[in-house]
Amino acid sequence: MSAQGCTATPVLRERGQREVFCGLTSIVWLHRKMQDAFFLVVGSRTCAHLLQSAAGVMIFAEPRFGTAILDETDLAGLACAQDELDNVVTQLLSRRSDIRQLFLVGSCPSEVIKLDLEKAAERLSQQFAPRVRVINFSGSGIETTFTEGEDACLAAMVPTLPQSDAAQLLVAGALPDVVQDQMLGLLADMGLADVAVLPAARADDRVTVGPNTKVAMVQPFLGETLAALTRRGATHIAAPFPFGEEGSTAWLRAVARAFGVSDAVVDRVTEAPRARARRAVAQAAEVLSGKSVFFLPDSQLEIPLARFLTRECGMQAIEVGAPFIHSGLMAPDLALLEAGPVISEGQDVDLQLDRVRAARPDLTVCGLGLANPLEAEGLTTKWAIELVFTPVHFYEQAGDLAGLFSRPLRRRAILQREAAE
Amino acid sequence: MKLAVWTYEGPPHVGAMRVATAMKGLHYVLHAPQGDTYADLLFTMIERRNHRPPVSYTTFQARDLGSDTANLFKTACRDAYDRFRPEAIIVGASCTAELIQDDPGGMAETMGLPVPVIPLELPSYQRKENFGADETFFQIVRSLARPVPRTERPSANLIGPTALGFRHRDDITEVTALLHEMGIDVNVTAPYGATPSDIARLGAAHVNVLMYPETGESACRWMARELDVPHTRTVPIGVGATRDFVAEIAGLLDVAPRLDDSRLRLPWYSASVDSTYLTGKRVFLFGDGTHVAAAARIARDEMGFEVVGLGCYNREQARMLRALARDFGVEALISDDYLEVERRIEDLAPELILGTQMERHIAKRLGIPCAVISAPVHVQDFPARYSPQMGIEGANVIFDTWVHPLVMGLEEHLLTMFREDFEFHDAAGASHHGGKAAPRPQVDPAPAPAESGPEARGGAVDIVWLPAAEKELKKVPFFVRGKARRNTEAFAAQQGVAEISVDTLYEAKAHYAR
Repeated sequence: MSAQGCTATPVLRERGQREVFCGLTSIVWLHRKMQDAFFLVVGSRTCAHLLQSAAGVMIFAEPRFGTAILDETDLAGLACAQDELDNVVTQLLSRRSDIRQLFLVGSCPSEVIKLDLEKAAERLSQQFAPRVRVINFSGSGIETTFTEGEDACLAAMVPTLPQSDAAQLLVAGALPDVVQDQMLGLLADMGLADVAVLPAARADDRVTVGPNTKVAMVQPFLGETLAALTRRGATHIAAPFPFGEEGSTAWLRAVARAFGVSDAVVDRVTEAPRARARRAVAQAAEVLSGKSVFFLPDSQLEIPLARFLTRECGMQAIEVGAPFIHSGLMAPDLALLEAGPVISEGQDVDLQLDRVRAARPDLTVCGLGLANPLEAEGLTTKWAIELVFTPVHFYEQAGDLAGLFSRPLRRRAILQREAAE
Repeated sequence: MKLAVWTYEGPPHVGAMRVATAMKGLHYVLHAPQGDTYADLLFTMIERRNHRPPVSYTTFQARDLGSDTANLFKTACRDAYDRFRPEAIIVGASCTAELIQDDPGGMAETMGLPVPVIPLELPSYQRKENFGADETFFQIVRSLARPVPRTERPSANLIGPTALGFRHRDDITEVTALLHEMGIDVNVTAPYGATPSDIARLGAAHVNVLMYPETGESACRWMARELDVPHTRTVPIGVGATRDFVAEIAGLLDVAPRLDDSRLRLPWYSASVDSTYLTGKRVFLFGDGTHVAAAARIARDEMGFEVVGLGCYNREQARMLRALARDFGVEALISDDYLEVERRIEDLAPELILGTQMERHIAKRLGIPCAVISAPVHVQDFPARYSPQMGIEGANVIFDTWVHPLVMGLEEHLLTMFREDFEFHDAAGASHHGGKAAPRPQVDPAPAPAESGPEARGGAVDIVWLPAAEKELKKVPFFVRGKARRNTEAFAAQQGVAEISVDTLYEAKAHYAR
């Protein structure tokens, strides 16, 4: 095995029809994470329909997201659209006194008509200060793919963070609360008790940044956020992403080293959870070992997950497709991924499906629009979106993560399937 | 600009997708940015389709704007033809592409593709999904259907069923059987399952059965005018409507009205004594205009319910539904604002909601039984079993579907008998309902300790419930208790009574009795 892994593998870049979500979809998990925030998409009926379809079920009568749907009168003159937006926001905030942060989220139509949401955010911030902070970012499909919506959101928050010269650790990336608590517990056991997390659960939770801030990323899709933090003086702790036993340990070790914590401490703190994670992964790996996997682009989690599946579960990667590859953030994972698979960026879905059909992988990781059609062709699939919506980071979720991949294979083995319809 | 939380209809290009996905041999080239492909999953997940919708998206990005979005469209169009070899192509723009004004229709026409190319103009900022489906199907028919000789035997087209339609799959089977019993063949069913060449021979039918006016009316009107094919006005949902439909078809085709009702069970089930408890159940109906209108007739005439309110989300049916509401002596709610529908339901406090998946959620929150009668659809609306809404079997299915959320007749008597039983109190809910909805806080507050004294309630005037009255109120069945409370408070306020006693409660009951 090459020491460089896939570092030097040429990237297949494709341009064509992309079967991916736009950045607005990030709102589905961001609004759960930020508990006093409202996400107001300024867009079209399509945006509202997308959010509703991606959110799947209407769990909340009045969720903390919504769409200000542009109509013809808004398209006719822009001054009018700004006034209309003020009206919608005023109505919204008067009904929702629980809202402390309002995100104005740009969409494809608002970007194309050049509706200035930055100006709107400044104006509305002044109007509603100090109760509500108004921030804008774009989740439009012409600029962002799926998880890049979170990146745009967090990057937009960085300039609003108070300055601090304290030496501190900042962890960037939205994690489910249970996972975040596990991570903070591990860090505390290593002696790192005062850890800031972006995004914080509430507007009042103090998150600061400055020249002595060191940033560790828990999500691989936060390139713009990292750039914004770097501009504020923070330095990046490069590490593989914390998926699986190996990734979690490597991530924790990199953070520990950045703060002068010895490897011996890391070993002691992680010994028990590492053993648990290895045992849990081993069960799923029985099913996965020796099987081939093909990733279609979805969330930018593909390369770290391929690293996990190949190194900890014994799978073989045929192609690892990502919507976008941030070479800086991906370098540690690419170096660990054994050379062999095609690494592709972007998508021409019909050409990529031709490659899937030619390779007939044991498992294809793809979006919901493609999963049933491929199953009907006799291929086993894993819905990529579940990898984003399910707790999968760090030790205690390593077995669950492997299980997400092994379950479709186990199911296919169990069912006495007749020919697909 | 209008704030939308949940929407009943998608944008018009999703309507076009419903037509394209229902058909075979047709491809849709959609000028759209990345992300609009989310719509594919509606078909592959909700409807469990085993194929991708036949849609190619141009997937333009910010960097393409102002440079070569037009070329992207042409490339996508050419690639789609080469790969899929469709008999015909429809082309159009989603909301964002509409703004950049590339004119997909014009471009596609200049490409010299060897198949018909049908341009769609779907105004995304004015209209919605149902319009998109209706307009798309109309344009396809207008472009491809030609005058052809009539079939020798009497025949009909089934018009309107689409992908993602509410029970369209099974309604087709039911109506086909209904027609066969009268000796009428089905010439073409469209868009569902039709190819462009099938569309070309629509004119061979003697009559069009307009199954779903939402998606098929414009095409039917055009065929009546240009191909001289008349269409039906009755949608055969419910027993009465099915009999009217048979009579209408018989009149149009000059055949004997024949209906095999040996499998029809709704009328007897409704007449049998267990159904006595259905009498006057207060129902609220909401959905698309066609399904609501059909359901209103069934609710009143075939189930013996009282329709206390109805409405639809599609403005295209507003006039029809308002007229119908007048017949029922209620006010129609024409709105696609989910919160407005919820408020109306709260005000009316019905005992049963017949609505869409959206109303199912409202019902869950309010603790009101609910059955689904209309799109927008959910994965549950595509059952594995045969489950039509139309015709004889449709009527049977509707009886079951509407009655199951309710407490059955004998069961209701038992509930009353055991109301105070410690294992069988109201809050326990009906055993077959599984998860219990959270009670309405303003309706079902946690019971105050028995002797805690008068309990003040908010409102313009502070009206106090005396403990005995509060206790008496708890004996009122839970599903009408909220209304009883509000009526009593309104009555007390009107009478200037500050304390509600047991007497006040019963005076109010007598006052509001009809």
